[in-house]
Parts: sequence; structure tokens; C-alpha cells
Amino acid sequence: MAAKNLTQLDPKKTLQEIEEKFEMFQILNEEGTIVNEKANPNLSDEELVELMSRMVYTRILDQRSISLNRQGRLGFYAPTAGQEASQLASQFALEKEDFILPGYRDVPQIVWHGLPLWQAFLFSRGHFMGNQIPEGVNVFPPQIIIGAQFIQAAGVALGMQKRGKKAIAITYTGDGGSSQGDFYEGINFAGAYRSPAVFIVQNNQYAISTPRELQTAAKTIAQKGIAAGIPSVVVDGMDPLAVYAATKDARERAIRGEGPTLIETVCYRYGPHTMAGDDPTRYRTSETDSAWEKRDPLVRFRTYLEGKGLWNEEKEVVVIEKAKEEIKEAIKKADAAPKQKVTDLINIMYEENPYNLDEQLAYYTEKESK
Amino acid sequence: MAQLTMIQAITEALRTELKNDENVLVFGEDVGVNGGVFRATEGLQKEFGEDRVFDTPLAESGIGGLAVGLALQGFRPVPEIQFFGFVYEVMDSISGQLSRMRFRTGGSFNAPVTIRSPFGGGVHTPEMHADSLELLMTSTPGVKVVIPSTPYDAKGLLISAIRDNDPVIYLEHMKLYRSFRGEVPEEEYTIPLGKADVKREGTDLTIISYGAMVHESLKAAEELEKEGHSVEVVDLRTIQPLDIETIIASVEKTGRAMVVQEAQKQAGIAANVVAEITERAILSLEAPVLRVAAPDTVYPFSQAETVWLPGVKDIVETAKKVLTF
Repeated sequence: MAAKNLTQLDPKKTLQEIEEKFEMFQILNEEGTIVNEKANPNLSDEELVELMSRMVYTRILDQRSISLNRQGRLGFYAPTAGQEASQLASQFALEKEDFILPGYRDVPQIVWHGLPLWQAFLFSRGHFMGNQIPEGVNVFPPQIIIGAQFIQAAGVALGMQKRGKKAIAITYTGDGGSSQGDFYEGINFAGAYRSPAVFIVQNNQYAISTPRELQTAAKTIAQKGIAAGIPSVVVDGMDPLAVYAATKDARERAIRGEGPTLIETVCYRYGPHTMAGDDPTRYRTSETDSAWEKRDPLVRFRTYLEGKGLWNEEKEVVVIEKAKEEIKEAIKKADAAPKQKVTDLINIMYEENPYNLDEQLAYYTEKESK
Repeated sequence: MAQLTMIQAITEALRTELKNDENVLVFGEDVGVNGGVFRATEGLQKEFGEDRVFDTPLAESGIGGLAVGLALQGFRPVPEIQFFGFVYEVMDSISGQLSRMRFRTGGSFNAPVTIRSPFGGGVHTPEMHADSLELLMTSTPGVKVVIPSTPYDAKGLLISAIRDNDPVIYLEHMKLYRSFRGEVPEEEYTIPLGKADVKREGTDLTIISYGAMVHESLKAAEELEKEGHSVEVVDLRTIQPLDIETIIASVEKTGRAMVVQEAQKQAGIAANVVAEITERAILSLEAPVLRVAAPDTVYPFSQAETVWLPGVKDIVETAKKVLTF
């Protein structure tokens, strides 16, 4: 009996069928041609130009941040080049009331969502004022513990649902992050409560040095959503239109009360993991690097916009100059922030200091006055 | 004798035990091709193969659980937690599972696991990288906790830890990785767990410390020497179990003691040492046993860490209070 039943099962086939369904969603190909007109989100000319401007701006921000780090004028920094479409086009699909829970590489999204750049620089420098989120800016500081933001996003989304808000929680991690327990717990909780969350896994191929193939036997990260019973999709993460459309679609479903979505954006990080000594030549080849650079989001979006007569070199130069100027201003403002003191930190531990902190406050007040 | 940094001494110890015992397995995030983010496992995958030295998916709790399971199959796992600030993700595997293996199976299983992990302040890391969280481990019965302060100790202690048949948490202070070199014999040697080391002899005051603070304490002892005070510095090396014999012998000799730790003051290792001294040697004491520790905040955002971390000045100041009581 048992043997007969077993022959009727074909779990391998089930897996194969599921995996085959996860084709990569693309709208704008590497050459800058629309290959999926039906799915084109039809952004207005103004919106297309704005999205392009943000991507150019953010590429400059990345370059400047790297050189400021090398000069010792910035601290912790996780490079973002190669991930502009994944980061910025997903944020572009949001409304102001949507809440972002970023990983540490996701500083651009929270800056475009309203966190002043000088504060992002203070975060990099290790100053608590960098994490003081201004009123009305719906973001959380960048998360350091991989994946922790995923389950918190389920909580923010559930809270929004309970408050009857027409808004979503959106969170980001990487291919490595999708291996953490928190990742599974996050998508599962949000699925169980059908709460309005959008989970983005930016699959940039390497978790520091560990290649995506070593993270999981699953063919795609998106298919992990199946186990949580939530819709999921693999998107060309270097195609801004595909990322925008997928995020917009997920957001709308969430607002309609249809629960969360998992989006895997397939992309690449051109730079090192962080600026703290990672050397990608130890684990990646230059052939791999250049193969991915051919898919660059800025290159294809520039071609597309130029074809529509919406973009040219002059416009790009204007954006670049604006970015450089604003970065300079933001650094100046960060420089002007008062030197962080231990006494400042003592006073943000509790609403009221217990005896030990009171005593230590006195000790460090004296120490820091010298 | 070779002059090695602490990180080189650690690599040497791993190589020695990978050679000595085929059951030793080294694994963790980026320990393979990349040789670890600090290069502690540099070259080991190449030398011993992917079966013995391998990368894991990114999940600290997975790494801890894997170690438990491999131990059940008779292996001697030496996993790395990339930064000890990530230990919260693996607390159940360590404090809920690994530490209880011998106990809850009535001795039928044991867990010869050594978890290595970098920690410690002063190197401007982002949040959750530099915290001194050793007290989470010392409040876990069933594990031993080792923190070396020199390259020589690092090698001998790590070999002992790997050979130990109970779980050992082996914590490596990041600031000590490459800040100085020390003599490290090429041949294998062990330093027993649970044995402190008198790093400097003295007669007027005992400073008990561990990790990076041993070096601050030694500097403070030199300063105090200039003012005519003879200070003994005891390096605990193993903070669980404590070497009560060495601590008490020193305190009975000097009659005055203080404890220096990098961690926050509340509920720390220092408090435990003070309690042991007062319980066992109160009649030898000429003064209260004082502590130097960091303030009871979360580990600071990096801009404030140099003031936050205990230093020579704090130690000298407190030492004078003890000496003049």
C-alpha cells in the first residue's frame, strides 16, 4: 500500500514546476528597449526624468561617499552603485505615509523618503543625531543586524492595519539576509495577518564573499514566499521600470487588504561590501563584474530617456553639479553638529535616569568638561 | 621564535588542531575563500579542503544549531560568529541548547564546540559590532568563556578550548588583533583553561582584568610605579570559570584590589570578581575593592567611544582611591 502511494507522489516535479514559474520580470532591457509594453507603468515624462535624476544623483552620492570615507571624513559606508534601480525605483513607488525599514545599505531610500542627507552622514560617522528621525519622515534608522527589519516590518504593517491607515511598511534585505530566521518569520507573520507589507530582497549576488548559490538550494529567493503563502516575484533589479511596476503593484494589493508581497530584485553591488577592508577581488572575477556592468540601470534608463527626447548630457551635468553641491552643503552641516558626548548618550537611555546613570552622568560631565 | 600578531596566532592554533584532529570543523560566514572578515581563517580552506573549512548561509542561529548537530555526530565544531554583537541571533543555540547538552542528556552527550568571535571597542565599527557581551555567556552555566590578551595566550588557549570536551566561548578583542606582535612558539602548546596569569608582579595593589583592558592596566601600573606604588596585574584569561586561587593569593599578598573591565559596569564580570574576593578574603582587605568599567549605556555610537571606553586615566584615578583608603 505504502509503496503504491509513494509512486504517485512526485515532489521533485512539484518543486520543478514552481521554480519554472519564477521567470524574471523585465520591462526595460539592457539596451534600453521596452520589452514588455503591457506591463509598462507609463510614468509621466516628468516622473521619468525625476527617477533618472535621482539615480544619477545617488550614483554621485555613492562615489563621493566612498572618497569621503577614504579621506576619513565619513565612517561606516556600504556602497550602493549597481543597486540604484532596485533601491530608488522601489522607493519611487511609495507614498509619503509609507514606512521604510532599511538595511544598512539602504540609506538612499530613506534619504529620498525625507531623511536629510546631513543626518545620513552623521549616521555614517557614528553620531546619534544621524538617527534622530524628523517628525513626519516615515523611516527607521538603517538596521545593522541582518534581517531584523523583516519581522519588524510585519509589526509596522500590522499596526497600520489596526489603525486603518492606507499605507504600507516596506523593508529591504539582501540575498544573505534571506537565510536568516527573521526573514522567514517576517514574511510568515505578515502573511498570517495579511498585513500591508512589501518585502524586498535585493539579491546582489554576494553576502560579503559568500555567493548566492551557497545561501540556499532554492533556485530563486522569491519562491520562498510560496511557503509563507504570499505572492512573490523575481524582478530584474537593474531595470527601474520593472522594479517600480512590481513595487507599485505590491503596494496596491497591500492597500486593498490583500496582504504582503515578496519581491526579489536581481542586481549587483559594484563596490565592496563596506569600506572597512572588504576586497571583492578575493571572491569575484573582473569578468563577472563587467558582465553585470553591461546591465547597468543608469545606462539603460539613459538610453531609453534619450530616445524619448527626455534626457541629454546637459541635463545630466546639471544633476551631477547639484548633487555635488548638496553633498558639500550636507557635509558642512554634519561638521557643524555638536561633538557627541557620553553624557548625551547617558541621557537617551531611559525616560528617567536610574541611580547608576545619574552617578555616571556626573562623572562624565566632569570628564568631558576638561 | 616567531613574532606573530594575535590574529596570526589564532590562525596557527586553528591550523594545528585541523591537522591534529580530523573531527575538527571550521565554519561560519565568509570563513572559506575570504578567510574570514579579519582573515583569521586565511588559507585554511585551501589547506584542509571545503569539507573541513566551509562557508555557511548567513544565519547565526543556523551556525549555532549546526554546531550542536555536528557535535552529536562526533565532530569537534569550531564555528565563527562574525561579530559577537550578532550573538543575540544565536542565543538559544548557545544558552538554551549547547550549554545544556551534557546536563539534559545526563552525560550521554557532550558538546566539544568552540565558538570563536571578535568583539571589543576602539575600532570605530557600526552598532552591534563592538559590544562587550561576555556577561551574557558567563551568566550561562555550562559554557567556559575565554578572552586572551596576547598572541602567546591566544594560541595556547585556543588549542585548549578546541580540545576541551565542553563548549567554550572564545572571544577575540578586535583592537588586539594587529596592534602588536608577541613571541609565539611554532610548535603546539596548550594553556589550561581556568588559569589566570600574573602579567606583572607587585606588592601594594592587585589589578584584575582581562582582554584589551589588561594592556591599559599594565600602562596604569607603570604610571603608578613612577609614584612609588608597586602594582600587580592579574590577567584572568578565562572569565568562566574564574581562577579563584590566583586571584585570592594575589589579594592576600597586596591587601588591596580593583577590577577593570571594558564592559558596562552593571552586572559585569568585575562585580562577580568583587563578590568572590569579599566572600573569600575580606580579612585580607585594607580597602574596598573598586571597579573601573564603562558607563551603563548601550555601546556608544563610534564618535564617543574613546571617552566612553575605560582608559589609563580612569584606572590610575581609581587605583589611587584604593591605595589611599
